[in-house]
Parts: sequence; C-alpha cells; structure tokens
Amino acid sequence: MSVAATASGRVPHYLEAGKGIKSWLVTLDHKRIGVMYLWSVLGAFLLGGLAAILVRTELWSTGQTIMDANAYNRMFTLHGAAMVFLFIIPSVPAALGNILLPIMLGAKDVAFPRLNLASYYIYLVGALFALAAIAFGGVDTGWTFYTPYSTSDKVANTAVMMTFAAFVLGFSSIFTGINFIVTVHKLRAPGITWFRMPLFVWAIYSTAILQVLATPVLAITLLLFMVERTFGIGIFDATIGGDPVLFQHFFWFYSHPAVYIMILPGMGIISELTSTFSRRPIFGYTAVAFSSVALAIFSFLVWGHHMFVSGQSEYASALFSFLTFFVALPSGVKMFNWLGTMYKGSISFASPNLYAMAFMFLFSIGGLTGIFLGALSTDVHLTDSYFVVAHFHYVMMGGTIFAFFGGIHYWWPKTFGVTYNEGLAKIAVALQFIGFNITFFSQFILGTRGMPRRYFNYPPDFEELHRISTIGSYIVFAGFLLTAWYLIASLRKEKNAGDNPWHSVALEWQTSSPPPVENFVETPKIKHGPYDYDHPDAAPLVLASASSNRKAS
Amino acid sequence: MDRVTDPTFWMPKGASTVAGDVDQLYYFLYWLSVVLFVGIVGAMTWFALRYKRKSETEIPHGPHHNTVLEVTWTVIPLILVMVIFVWGFRGYLRMVVAPGDAMVINVTAQQWQWSFTYPNGVVDAMDERKDKQPVNGAKDMPVLRVPAGRPVKLVMRSNDVLHSFWVPEFRVKHDIVPGQYSMVWFNAIEPGDYRVFCTEYCGQDHSMMMATVMVMKPEEFDAWLKKKGGEVGGGDPVAAGALLYKTKACGGCHSTDGKPSVGPTMKGLFGRKEEITDGQPVTVDENYIRESILEPRAKLVKGFGPVMPESYGNKGPADQQLSEKQVESLIAFIKSLK
Ligand code: HEC
Ligand SMILES: [Cu+2]
Ligand SMILES: [Cu+2]
Repeated sequence: MSVAATASGRVPHYLEAGKGIKSWLVTLDHKRIGVMYLWSVLGAFLLGGLAAILVRTELWSTGQTIMDANAYNRMFTLHGAAMVFLFIIPSVPAALGNILLPIMLGAKDVAFPRLNLASYYIYLVGALFALAAIAFGGVDTGWTFYTPYSTSDKVANTAVMMTFAAFVLGFSSIFTGINFIVTVHKLRAPGITWFRMPLFVWAIYSTAILQVLATPVLAITLLLFMVERTFGIGIFDATIGGDPVLFQHFFWFYSHPAVYIMILPGMGIISELTSTFSRRPIFGYTAVAFSSVALAIFSFLVWGHHMFVSGQSEYASALFSFLTFFVALPSGVKMFNWLGTMYKGSISFASPNLYAMAFMFLFSIGGLTGIFLGALSTDVHLTDSYFVVAHFHYVMMGGTIFAFFGGIHYWWPKTFGVTYNEGLAKIAVALQFIGFNITFFSQFILGTRGMPRRYFNYPPDFEELHRISTIGSYIVFAGFLLTAWYLIASLRKEKNAGDNPWHSVALEWQTSSPPPVENFVETPKIKHGPYDYDHPDAAPLVLASASSNRKAS
Repeated sequence: MDRVTDPTFWMPKGASTVAGDVDQLYYFLYWLSVVLFVGIVGAMTWFALRYKRKSETEIPHGPHHNTVLEVTWTVIPLILVMVIFVWGFRGYLRMVVAPGDAMVINVTAQQWQWSFTYPNGVVDAMDERKDKQPVNGAKDMPVLRVPAGRPVKLVMRSNDVLHSFWVPEFRVKHDIVPGQYSMVWFNAIEPGDYRVFCTEYCGQDHSMMMATVMVMKPEEFDAWLKKKGGEVGGGDPVAAGALLYKTKACGGCHSTDGKPSVGPTMKGLFGRKEEITDGQPVTVDENYIRESILEPRAKLVKGFGPVMPESYGNKGPADQQLSEKQVESLIAFIKSLK
C-alpha cells in the first residue's frame, strides 16, 4: 500500500473538509478545535518566552541592565501569568487532548462538540482579559497575586481582575474537562475497556476531574473579594479585620491542584512515547493508571506546603509536610515503570523519544528537589529563593513542556500528515536540553546560597551564576526558534508522512494521517490494547507499516 | 558546642545554632538525590544503548509487570520519606519554639525598609562604619545589632504589605503579615556581619529592602545598648507602657497585683494558659495581648463579661485608638509584670 494509492481512493481528511477561515471559526470538529488551541497556546508560549528572555537579560548584571525595577516586576509577572494560565494549563489537554482523545477511544468526536468550541472562545476572552489587565493595569504582583499588595491602589486591584481572568480561563477548562469526562465514560468504541485505554487518556481523564473540582474555588475567591469590597466585611484585608494569609489558602487550594493539571497530562504523553519508541507494553500499566488518579486525589490535600513560613499554624505545616511526601510515591512509581517499559525493548532515538528521555532526566531532578521543599526545616531556608524557581522550572518546563513538545513531534504527522526535518529536530532537542540545564541548575546553587526570588537587583557575589543562567536561557530560546522554524517549514511540504510513521499499535495510528472528519471510516474493532506489541494480532501492524514505509521512501 | 560552619559549594556559612541540623538534612537529601538520580538516569541510558533498535521490524519480548519489584519500589521510598518527614519536622520545631529567655527585638517592615527597636526603646541606627557600603542599590542599610551566643526573638510587624525576614547564614525565614505579629528567633554563634533580605515580594524596591545583622560580642552589645539607651532617654517602652496604662485607664478594670477585678489581673499574664469562653485554651503571647486590646470581643476570658471597651482598636474614635507603637509599649509593660 503506497502513499499514492491511498491518496486516490480515500475519504477526504479533516483539513480538506472545508476551506477558508470561516470553516475553522465555526468548526465543531475536535481536531480542528485542538489545532486552533495549539496555535493559541504556542502564541502564549512565545509571549511568555520573550518575557523570560527580557527578565534574564535584565539580570545579566547587578543594578539596571536594560529596564528599571518597575518594568522588571511587570515583566516577570507577565512571564509567570502567561506561562501558567495561558500556556501550560491548557497546553496538553486542550491542544493535544482535543486532537487525540476521541481518536484514541475510537469515537467520532467529543461528547459535546458545541461546548468544546465554546470553551475555545472562552479561553480567548479570558486570555485577552488577562493580557489587557497586565498591559494596562500595570500588574506587577507576580503570578501569585498575594494580597494585600495586589489589592492596594497602586496596582489597581489586580487580585480582583486577575482572579476574574483566571476564573474565565477556568471556565474554559471546566468545559473541556466535562467534555472529556463524558467522552471517556460514554463514547469508547466497543472493545475499549477501562484498562485498555491509553495512559494518555487516563492522565487527561484525571486532569479533567481536577479541573472540574478545583476551578470553582476561584469563583469562591472572587465572590469573597466582591463581598469584601461591597460590604466592607474584612476577609483578606487586615485593616478591616481580614487575614491576608487566607487569600494564600484560597490561591493554593486552586493552584496546587493546578500544578497537577499541568503535569499529569505531560506524564500521560511520556507513557505513550515510551511504549511506542520501546515497542513494549507499559510495564505495570495498572499501577501507572492508578498513580494518575492517586496524584489527582493527593493534590487536593497538600496546598499548605507553599506556606510553611507564611504564619499558618505550625501544626498545619506539619500535617501538610507529612501529606506532601505521599505525592512522591505515585510520581516515583511512574518513573520506575517507564524504566521497566524500556527494559528489553527496541529503543528508537527518534526526536519524540529524545524528548521523553530528556523528560525523565529533568523530571527526576524536579521531583527529587521537591523533597527538599517538602521537608520542613530545609524548606524554611529554601522557600522564596531561586531554589524554588529552579525546582518548579524543572517540573513545569523540564517536565510538562518537554513532554508537550515530545507529544507535538510525535503526533505532528498524525495531525498534519507531514514529517519535519528529523536532523534539525535532534539539534533542537539538544539545544533545549543543554540550555535548560545551564539556565536552571545554576539557579539551584543561587537559591541555596541565599539569592531571593523576584529580585530586580542582587549583591555582586551572585553575578557570575546569574550570567551563566542568562546564557543558558538564550540557548534554550534558540532551540525553540529552531523548532518553530522546521515545524512551520514542514507544513508547506506535501503530505508525506504515511499513516503510521512510528509503526505503533496504538489505535490513533490505525486510521489515516491526517484522519478523516469522523476519525475512522468504519467503527474500529478493538482486539488488543494500545501497547500490545507482543499480541499476535498487533505484530502484523508493526511489520506492515514498517515495510510500507520503506517502499514509500 | 555549636560553631560557625564554613560555606560549602551549596550552602553559605552556617552561623546560627539551627544551621547545623538544616545542613545535615540538606546534605542527606542531596546525596540521596544523587544516588537516585544516577540510578534512574543511569538505567535509562543503559537501556537506551543496550536495547537500541536494530531493525525496523524487530518486536522485542520482555516482562509486563513484576509485583515484587513494584511493591518494593513503592515501600522503600515510603520508608525513606517518612524518615525525612520526621527529621525535617524536628528541625522545624526547634526553629519555631523560641527559648523563654530570648531577648525580644521589635521589627517593623514597610515598603521598602526595616527598622529595629530594642527593649529599652533604642531604635536601630544606620551603619556608621565607613567601609560598609549598602548593596543592591539600597539607599541605606539599617543595622540589627544582636549579641552572639544569646537567643534573640524578633517580634515583627508590617505597616503595609507582606514582607519576609531571611538571613541565609542563619537558615531562618519568616513572613511578616500585616495585622498580626510574626515571630522568628535565632541564636547567632559568633560575631560577624550578615545580610538580611526581604523574601516576600512587596513591590517596586523589594530587591533593595535589605539590612545588616551585626552579631557583636555580648559585652560590647550590652555596652552599646546601655550607651544608646542613655542617649535616647525616656524611650523605654516599659515606662511608656506604664504611663499609657494609667492614662488609658486600664487600671480601672485590671490590677497589677494578682487580684482579679472587673477584668483579669495583668500580673503574670504573659505565658499564662488562659481559659476562653467558646474555644480552646490559649497561651498568652504578644499576638494574643495585641488582639485582646484591639479586638477585645475576639476571645473572652472565662468568667468575665464583654465589657472591655472596643475603642482602643480601629472601631473607636480616632483620638482613642492606640497606635501600633503604643500597643507595643503596653505589651512590653504587661510582660514586665512577672
Ligand atoms: C471597662 C473595663 C476594662 C478596661 C477599661 C480595660 N479592660 Fe481589658 N479586659 C476587661 C475584661 C472584663 C476582660 C476579660 C474579658 C475579655 O477577655 O475581654 C479584659 C481582658 C483583657 C486582656 C486579656 C486578659 C487575659 O487574662 O487573657 C488584656 C490583655 C487586657 N484586657 C488589656 C487591657 C488594656 C491594656 C487596657 C487599657 C488600654 C484595658 N484592658 C482596659 C475589662 C477592661
Ligand atoms: Cu503545591
Ligand atoms: Cu519585599
């Protein structure tokens, strides 16, 4: 079966199904909505990335380098808020989840396609509102918007505006979440039992539950702000009898689960990549699936670990520290099971798998340094220092963003039917990986030695490490520009990928690439799970696609 | 006993009595992480090279799961993290419970400066030493002078937004929350100079909100404090508090000799365990006294009615409200009634 033969006699794929901008703007096709999300979140990533580069450039030397303290404070706020709320939270679920979840389940679309489109527009509105607030309100509070600074006159009630923006964005997450939950429960093709679902679906499913449960807390916070303003009842404002620490509780009660909203989907991607590129079933599939659920549950119980020195009761701190350590277990289980999957596999060094291996390297560091912050006495020294900054970049960027880009590279041929320049991709991963470590490892050293975070200016003895970090950030940036370049260039090429370029047995690769509008020409019959490389029915798929590929190229 | 530790590759000098324990836990975690990291990444690299794909059509076979292994790699980490929890918790307890004989220094934080007030009313002075330049573009560097080898407890309050007090060499840090007193304590081992950073973002000049802790020989510290106290004169908060106690008519309802009258006696109040109507018993500390004065209805002492005037707090008319400074003096006075 050659590529040319497929082209003549097949159903049009989803990208051909309608032409013109309008066919996109009113589309109900989950893949097209996913693609729109993909471009939007990548736009936010670019914005947040540019802000990061400016922040790092300012820190090149002590004192003022390129901007003053006010501009710097706004810049890191923009960086944090754009990256967290506009990029990482929606990235994997809304972009890749939308494109793939129904295909992985053998469904024609998500359960509520209209709701899905609505979620995209709500996301746009929320994003524009947040950006407008930052740009015109001069928000300089950091992405955590702690009161009372964020409710003081100078920053024009940032907390209220940003909580509102986060709330609108949260609604878009809730819509996506509800859609995915119902789709997983109701639209699985015959034969896809719960334990034959891809782990990516398990991860997205756990995330969806978190989104639906955690986001309303933002609405409650917003409501409390309104009550405080309108009726003068002290809630967060100490001058009228409120408690600023209460805001931190509300903030982290949402934002800690949000950390798992950000990382779980990334872990799901790593399971897919590791299986496909090792050609092995996931080692301990059930444990990995349940570890996602466990992380989702624990994530609701540990928000206070952000507040060990905030003045919350010492007993509360002790309890939160204790519970926090239980988060380490499911994360460890996943890591060990991925290693088990690679054991005795047939391991490919294709660029998506390089991303997966980079993830394991970086996420190990991110996870292990989390232990330093979960332990009470060491946290007192390290919290609010660059150590924390480095830790969460290892988790969020080294974890989620590397996984996301691994996923983008892996499903690029599926989504657009084209392959990118693999040589350039390998160079890009290397640049990003090396640059990332230079940027953030130096920050562990800075933080432990006593460099506080959110500092425009710093004592001269920290300058050298700051310079190293800044150079690293330029290397990372170059790596991502390269990625942008070869991915965009690939879109101009002919559709040349073939249906199953990675010879995977997972269901999403058993339809054409790009898929037809309804994903499958006939409802697929599922005889094996997504990772059953040694199943007698699965092996021929690998062999067939591998040999067809050789002919085509 | 405790001695100052030299800076290592990671940690700065350890100059307080809690630093040693923090550093031990830090380095334990560090080496544990190194071992685990090398194990994980080593296994990954080894598998990737050892099982590198040889042909496009190869289909490998291997184990799908292994219950013994999976239980092991859940249970061993569980034991490890419990040990770490207990270790961290014990160190933390030492950091949060100040010794009873600690010298109290009042700290006021506001955008973007520190100020320190001593028990005898002396307010910190700027650094007079010529060779000490302010860093980070700070206009001036207030100095917190403390005696070496004696516990010092800081009772900190904020005039505006959140701030945080951090001396990296002491390994102690605490946020300063408006509307309440925040406490931190340390015992600096040897004379020396250390930097104080504000580590909770507080607006434009957050990074310039710095101070110096100057640890002095105890004799020198005592001499300095006495000399300064003489210069300031009349600034003694206990005396100021005693005066306020009279002028604000506290004595009308509270005795200082141990006999209850309309309200409970102030004698020996500090540190007492107080029974509260509708609530858990509380141990009287600075925050409790502050609340009792500014919001008398928040916690009622068992056996007394809600009669203490609310006018000292911000519910009262402006001329009757007490300033933070006055509250601090009253607390100093009440604490002196042993
Ligand atoms: C009209 C009488 C009255 C006056 C005047 C008054 N108090 Fe009180 N105070 C009380 C009563 C009654 C209580 C016990 C009930 C309660 O907790 O409010 C009390 C409780 C307290 C407590 C808590 C004592 C404990 O045992 O826990 C403190 C501290 C205190 N007052 C300080 C002051 C100070 C300082 C002033 C002057 C600025 C003052 N009071 C003026 C009646 C008064
Ligand atoms: Cu958290
Ligand atoms: Cu500050």
